[in-house]
Amino acid sequence: MADDTRGVSRRDLLKRAGWAGAALTIPLTPAIPAGVADATAAAPDLEQQTPPRREPLENLTAEEMDLLELICAKLIPSDANGPGAREARAAHYIDRALGGALREQRDAYRSGLAAFDRYVRSSRRDAFANLSPRDQDSALIDVEIGAATGFAGSSTQFFNMVRTHTLQGTFGDPYYGGNRNFVGWDLLGYPGIRLNVSQADQALGAKLEPTHRSAYDNDLFTKADRHDH
Amino acid sequence: MTTNLKPTDVVVVGLGAAGGVAVLPLTQAGIDVVGLEAGTWLTRRDFAPDELRNNVRDWPMAVQKAQLEVPTQRVNAKASTTRAGSHPMMNAVGGTTLHYWAQSWRLNPWDFRVVSDTTKRYGAARIPAGSTVEDWPFGLEELEPYYDKVEYETGVSGQAGNIKGAIDKRGNIFEGPRHRAFPMPPLRSTGFIDRMAEAARNLGWHPFPGPASINSRPYQNRAACMYHGFCNKGGCHVDAKNGPHLTTIPRAQQSGRLQVVTRAHATRINTDDKGRVTGVTYVTDKAEFFQPAKVVLLASYTYENIRLLLLSTSTAHPKGLSNNQGQVGRHYLSHAQGGGVTALFPFNLNSWYGLPAQGVAVDNFADDNFDHGAHDFIGGGNLWVMSDRRPISAAGMGTFGKAPAWGPAWKKFVMENADRTNTAYIQKTTLPYEDNYCDLDPVAKDPLGFPVLRITADFKDNERRIMAHTQEKMSEWYRAAGAIETQANPLGSMGPSTHAYGGTRMGRNPETNVVNEWGFSHEVPNLGVLGASVMGTSGARNPTLTVQALAWRTAEYLARNWRGVTA
Repeated sequence: MADDTRGVSRRDLLKRAGWAGAALTIPLTPAIPAGVADATAAAPDLEQQTPPRREPLENLTAEEMDLLELICAKLIPSDANGPGAREARAAHYIDRALGGALREQRDAYRSGLAAFDRYVRSSRRDAFANLSPRDQDSALIDVEIGAATGFAGSSTQFFNMVRTHTLQGTFGDPYYGGNRNFVGWDLLGYPGIRLNVSQADQALGAKLEPTHRSAYDNDLFTKADRHDH
Repeated sequence: MTTNLKPTDVVVVGLGAAGGVAVLPLTQAGIDVVGLEAGTWLTRRDFAPDELRNNVRDWPMAVQKAQLEVPTQRVNAKASTTRAGSHPMMNAVGGTTLHYWAQSWRLNPWDFRVVSDTTKRYGAARIPAGSTVEDWPFGLEELEPYYDKVEYETGVSGQAGNIKGAIDKRGNIFEGPRHRAFPMPPLRSTGFIDRMAEAARNLGWHPFPGPASINSRPYQNRAACMYHGFCNKGGCHVDAKNGPHLTTIPRAQQSGRLQVVTRAHATRINTDDKGRVTGVTYVTDKAEFFQPAKVVLLASYTYENIRLLLLSTSTAHPKGLSNNQGQVGRHYLSHAQGGGVTALFPFNLNSWYGLPAQGVAVDNFADDNFDHGAHDFIGGGNLWVMSDRRPISAAGMGTFGKAPAWGPAWKKFVMENADRTNTAYIQKTTLPYEDNYCDLDPVAKDPLGFPVLRITADFKDNERRIMAHTQEKMSEWYRAAGAIETQANPLGSMGPSTHAYGGTRMGRNPETNVVNEWGFSHEVPNLGVLGASVMGTSGARNPTLTVQALAWRTAEYLARNWRGVTA
C-alpha cells in the first residue's frame, strides 16, 4: 500500500536509484492515510540501502558524526513510510549549526556523544552501531528517560537536545543544511512556502501541491548571516 | 566621558508600540522629539518566512538589547530564583509590533471597574483576598476616542459589535460602545474557522472574528495581508502589519520634528536637585551621551520601565526615580495566557497558512459577561481559535498518549496528524496581588554591570479557577466541532511575558500608584510613563491597542498642557 507509488514499489525504486538518488525522485504522498502497514517491519530493508552522500564535516569529528547519524536515524527513521532524518541530513544541519547558532552547545555534543558511547559499550557490551535494532532502541530509551549513567547532568537533557535539533534539521528550511529535498516537509504534508495564500487554499479539503522552495529561493529576502546558520 | 547633546523638548525612551505612537501627536503639536531606540530599523527584506530564524532563534539578524537583560524570576520571596533563556520582546524601531500577533482589542467596560462592578453585583467579599486591584481612574468611555484614533491612524481590521449602543451580532455583542465601525472589515475566515464558528453558534454562544492591526484590504497605500503563515513572531513581507515603524513614526518624521536615534541603550534618567528630570543618558558602542530634554516619556517595555526607574536613583529619589512611595514594581502581573486546550480532529484542518489574528473568538465566558453567582472566581477568559501552524512546531506536537516521542510509531503518528491539531489561546483576567512584584536582582547583572529585574510572582486561585472554567468550555467547543481528543495545557509561570502589566500603575491615589490619571508621575511632574506598566488590570485580551490608546492620550495631554508640565 504505502510501498506502492505510481505502480512501482518504493523498494524497487530504491534499489534502482540508490538511496541518495531516491530521495530526489520519489514522490511522497503529502499525508499517508490511516491504516498503513506497520513501518517497523520494513525498516531493516531500507537501512541496507546505500546511505546518502556525507558532506564535509565542519565541527564534529568523524566518530561523533557516525554516532549522531545513527541516533538521528533512530529518532526519525527511514522506513516503509518514506525517508527520515538521514535523508533530510539532520546530522549535517547539526554539524553546521554547531559552528554558528548552536555554537554554545558544541561541548554538550562532544561530552554527550562520548558519554552515550561509553554508556552503550559498558551496558550493552558493544558499540551502538553494532547492536541489534531492538538493543539500540532499549539503549536510546535509557538515555531518553534519564536512566543512562555517565552524562554531565541527566541523560534526558542530552536526548532532548538531540531530538530538538533533529526536528529542526528535518523540518526547518533547507537553507540551513537539513530538510534535504524537502523530505521533512513532505513527510508532514506541509505544502511549503507560499508568499500569497488564497481563500481557496485555506478551505477544508484543499489539495495543495508542494512548492519545494526555500524561503531564500525568493530574492525578496536578505539571507541570514553565515555565522547564524 | 559623556557627550552632551543639544537639548530638545521631549525625549522618548523606546520607539515600540507605545513610544512609536506617542511621537505623532507630539510632533503634530509642534513639539521637538528625540526618540531613543535600542534596536534598529528593519525592513520587509528582513522578514523571510523562516521558522528557524524567527521562531526558534529569536531574530539573530536584529539588535537585541532585551536579550542581555532577561529578568530573573521566583514564585515567592522564599523560593529559588531562576532565569529564562530569552526575553520574549524585541528591540527595533516599532519594537515587538514587528513580530507580534497584532490582535488589537479594546478592553471591555468591566475591565476598568473591576472593584466597583464586582462589589455592586456580588458584594465586596468577592474581590480575591490579597489583591491590590483598584478601579481605573476612568472608564472605557474616556479611552474610546483614543482607541478610535489609533484604529484609524494605524489601521485595524475587525467587525464592530456595538456602535453607539446598537448591537450587531456579527461582532462581539459584549464589547463597549464604539462611535463608528472599524476602518477595515475583519480578516477573512478559513474552512476550519467556519466550522468552529458554526459549532459555537450551535452551542448558543456568540462567535465573532477578532480585531487585528493588519490590513484586510489595501489601506494607506499598503498591501492587504497575504496569509502566508509566518506572521507569528515574524515580520510582514508586504508591510500589511501596521506597527508604528510603518505608520506613526514615519509621519512624525515627515514633520521634521522627530529625530530617531537607533542603537541607543538608555542607562539612566537624569534629575536635578529638586528631583525633576533633565534628560536621559544612553550608551551607543561604548560611547556615552546625555540627551537633555524638558520632558521624559519612558516608553520601553514593562520590565525595562520598572528597571530604569529603579536604577535612576538620586538624592531626591534614593529608592529609584518616582519611588518615594515604594510603588515602583508593585501591582505587577503577567497575563494568564497559558492553560489553553489542544484538540485532535479526525481530519486535516488545513491550518498550514493564515496567522494568529485570523480566527474566531467567543467572549461569553470573559469578564463579567455571565453570572458569577454560582462560581468561586471573578472575571473570565476569551476563547480564541486561529489558523497558525509551521512545520518544526507541528512536528513537535504532543501525541495524546497515542505514540511515543520518536521512532517509526511516532513518525507514522505525525504523518497522519500534523495537520489535525489545534490549540486554543485563552487569555484570562489576571489581578495584581500584594505579594506579586518586581525589584532589582541582588545578583544577576547585564553586561554593563547593572542589575537585571527580578520578578517575584505567581498566579493565584482566581486565575486558576478561571483556567479550569474556560478549559472546560473550550473542550466542549472543540468536541462540538468534531474533535476526538482534547488536552488541557498547564498555566505556566509569571516569568518574562509578552503581556506584562503594572509596576508603574496609573491611578489618582499617589500612595498606591506611580503615575496619575494622565500617565505622569505623581512625584516627578515632567516624567511620563507609557506602556502596559501603567495598566492595573489585564482584561481577557491582548494589551497593545490599549497601550497605544493610553500613549496617544498621555502625549495629547502633554501637548495641551505643555506649560503646566514643564513649568
